[in-house]
Amino acid sequence: MTLDFRTEALLQKHLADARINVELETEGMVLNLGPQHPATHGTLRVVVKLDGERVVSADPVIGYMHRGYEKLTEYRTYPQITTLINRIDWLSSFANEVPFIHGAELLMGVEAPPRAEYIRTILTELSRIATFVLFLGEMALQVGAITPAFYGFRDREHVLNLIEAATGGRFHPNFNRIGGLKIDLPSGWIDECRRVMKKIFDSVDDFEDLVVGNEIFEVRTRGVGVIPAGVGAAYGVSGSNLRASGVDWDLRRDGPGYLVYKDLDWKVWTHADGDSFARYWVRMQETRESARMVIQMLDGLPAGPVMAKVPRIIKVPDGEVWVNTENPLGEMGYYVISKGATGPFRTKIRSASFSNVSILPWLLKGVYVPDIITILASLYFILGDIDR
Amino acid sequence: MTAVHLPLAVDAPWGLIVAIKTAVVLAIIPAGALILGYVFLLKMMSHMQSRLGPMDPGGFHGWFQLIGDGIKFIQKEDIIPAEADRRVFMAAPVVVLMSTFLLYIVVPAGPRLVVSDLDVGVFYALAVSSLSVIGVLMAGWASANKYALLGALRAAAQLIAYELPLVLAVVGVVIQAGTMNLQGIVHFQQDGSLFGWNGLGFPLILTQFLGFGIFLIAAQAELTQTPFDMPVAESELVAGYMVEYTGFRFLFFFMGEFGTAFAFAGIAATLFLGGWSIPHVHGTMADVLGPIVLFTKVMIVSFLIFWARFTYPRFREDQLQAIAWKYLIPLSLLNILATGIFKVVF
Amino acid sequence: MTDAEIPPEGETPPEAEAEIDDIPIVEPDPEPEPEPMPEAAAQLLAQLEKELKDGIIEAGHTFGDLVVRVAPEAWRKAAEVARDKLECDYLSFVSGIDWMPAPKVGGDDTEGDTSTPAQPTETTYGVAGSDGRFQVFARVSSTSRHHGVTLKVDVDEDAPTVASWVPVYPGADWHERECWEMFGIGFVGHPGMRHLYLPAEFEGHPLRKDFPLLAREVKPWPGLVDVEPMPGEEVVQEVIPE
Repeated sequence: MTLDFRTEALLQKHLADARINVELETEGMVLNLGPQHPATHGTLRVVVKLDGERVVSADPVIGYMHRGYEKLTEYRTYPQITTLINRIDWLSSFANEVPFIHGAELLMGVEAPPRAEYIRTILTELSRIATFVLFLGEMALQVGAITPAFYGFRDREHVLNLIEAATGGRFHPNFNRIGGLKIDLPSGWIDECRRVMKKIFDSVDDFEDLVVGNEIFEVRTRGVGVIPAGVGAAYGVSGSNLRASGVDWDLRRDGPGYLVYKDLDWKVWTHADGDSFARYWVRMQETRESARMVIQMLDGLPAGPVMAKVPRIIKVPDGEVWVNTENPLGEMGYYVISKGATGPFRTKIRSASFSNVSILPWLLKGVYVPDIITILASLYFILGDIDR
Repeated sequence: MTAVHLPLAVDAPWGLIVAIKTAVVLAIIPAGALILGYVFLLKMMSHMQSRLGPMDPGGFHGWFQLIGDGIKFIQKEDIIPAEADRRVFMAAPVVVLMSTFLLYIVVPAGPRLVVSDLDVGVFYALAVSSLSVIGVLMAGWASANKYALLGALRAAAQLIAYELPLVLAVVGVVIQAGTMNLQGIVHFQQDGSLFGWNGLGFPLILTQFLGFGIFLIAAQAELTQTPFDMPVAESELVAGYMVEYTGFRFLFFFMGEFGTAFAFAGIAATLFLGGWSIPHVHGTMADVLGPIVLFTKVMIVSFLIFWARFTYPRFREDQLQAIAWKYLIPLSLLNILATGIFKVVF
Repeated sequence: MTDAEIPPEGETPPEAEAEIDDIPIVEPDPEPEPEPMPEAAAQLLAQLEKELKDGIIEAGHTFGDLVVRVAPEAWRKAAEVARDKLECDYLSFVSGIDWMPAPKVGGDDTEGDTSTPAQPTETTYGVAGSDGRFQVFARVSSTSRHHGVTLKVDVDEDAPTVASWVPVYPGADWHERECWEMFGIGFVGHPGMRHLYLPAEFEGHPLRKDFPLLAREVKPWPGLVDVEPMPGEEVVQEVIPE
């Protein structure tokens, strides 16, 4: 039968469509989560293959924020590197400087005075609180509740104001110096810190009622993304993620000893389940624990100088040192190889989120699409930490 | 069709009446959407989140914000993705808005203020509200975007699943009132009495509390509001099935969503709270006060809907379906059974 | 000096710039008295020696940590021993070291930029020594026993490959991918070697010392810029009379 040209064209188009439908593999839809996506905390891209709403395979693609820090450290002096490494984990930037400075001090044989060590610990715990309070709010956001995110940001502001008052920078304090700190605390800071810690306690209680007590939140997070302890450790998952799987390991207590944690009375929180709920719960308890630690340190703050005697031009003697610390995101470490110059020969930066995210291909098999978001939120990585 | 008596008792030609009614409904949809959007989405949500919301546009607490947003949307560039199915893409928001428009036809605002007093008012309202599913599916498929497709498929499953509890919850009301006509239900509540005292009338929520609860939950799901907003999961699919829509097409979806919320709240207020009626107020006074009373009750119901929206996280798709099929439907069937027994016995 | 003149911490005032090259690089003692190995590290070393026997080439310690250099054939066995016998269930990292001294920025004849720390020009190796230019090193620790060990292995410069740790520690997957793309060291037995940080078409291995830092090559670091000229003071081109 002859058709006019319009109908003919339409028929050909339909036939072409039908042919494509047969050729398509309908059982695997490839969904690209990111690099621009509200749930991936930055420029993380996860290429997931879906079968309906179930994940068949997941492949994270990282490196969109790779700044080449390990190469850059070979061209910088030690004080200049302090500025660089602030920006690895930018939510808790003070805590990034601590292991590197500690390593340089070990190599030089310099000890920071006790007051400096106390203030360093206080500021580290403050950054831990700031990071975790934000986490408490924004994991709820990823699960669907929009309100807790605002509370998280609001309460984080109090801590950031404290850090700014002491160091001059909210996000990138650049406050550590080899041998101590740049400058002493301003007057009135200690009382303000106590007030803020009280607010933090109230805020965490709010989160406990609003989020942890919510049945929908429990139903969305319990049993989702279970990381068994052995698998987690083999992948290098660290920090609250590993403690939520039941592993009682905290570098503040179990490491070779850095800062003043051994002087304080505090406990390590673990949870047996290893699911997303456990990770949320552990971080919530650790926020409270950090606030208690800060109050203890404020009570016992020694007087004295904040800077030891170091030469103006820092030359670190020959040697190698490995320093790892319990950062808010996990275990962060620096392996510094020095050959006696003003800058290191090679720095290996071991960042926590790199290993935390490496478990995703194993962890995401067989979960639903909404659970991907929950798991990403509960692992709590920062792109600067993954990509360095 | 009989000549409709306007409150001013003016006889007018049929065509003019229809034109006026159409204009009124077309004006109410954006007005309702604007009011709900401003009061609850912009102001109530902001205050619950310890922030202020818009304060500048219009001077007094930013009342002009949404109107300004509407003007902004209208003048935006009309972007249609190259791969999209153009005709379906353009038609989808219109379908959704059409179902909203059709909903307003039966909601009465006074004893004589109703666009069309259908005898099967309830049945019609629920049937017509499910037309929006087609619009959602059209939007998701025609967008040529995997995220939109995911959202549309989730929406299809969810909206169809929650139609059943919605309908079944209302059956109890119909059994008690004895009629499907919305005006009849309102009159039943207005003229009823509680243990002989008719100061409050007999709002059906008192005996149909289970039905009210189920209706609100199902309405929350029909409006794809959190905790049932899987199709529009903001942190996953960004905007779900609406993701490729910009400018005035998105405005249609937005108006459809909030207009439908207004309409559902109106239906809930009519069925369970007494609608426009205050006991002992009849005649012209009721025509004047009716819209105000209905508006107040609509705001109360909307408050509940939006309060839940801003507080709760969202359910996963399978949990959502489980709630509908395993809990809401058996409960509503139980409600019907109990209502029937009580109606016959008492 | 007034506040304005005190240079910020860490930066060198122009007068002091000339001093940096004069200050001799702190040389270690040619034959230093080796510090005794701490007790815990010695015990770990004893266990490793029992299992690996000839696999261990040299051992050292830094600030309490044990550093052991193993032979290339024993690299994977060392991982298994660490995981099973030393109970080191936790993998910190696997990475590489390039011991070649970095060539001077801009070549040997140029002034070079004054801010890059001048590294010694002879090749020296660190704790536990090295056989050649490349090494792969890894750190594993035990979450239950609270000890750890750093393992190093030499990599042949002409055929840089090493056994992969992925069958032992699955987390080594990403670390080895990064090590390969940054140093060019291949890993035998890796389930799927491809770029991690860098785009697929990237040529070269950035963390090698002979891979230049392009920013410095393009324009040498101008050094300390004390005061920038005010907007009107800078004269780029003389006014050309018409």
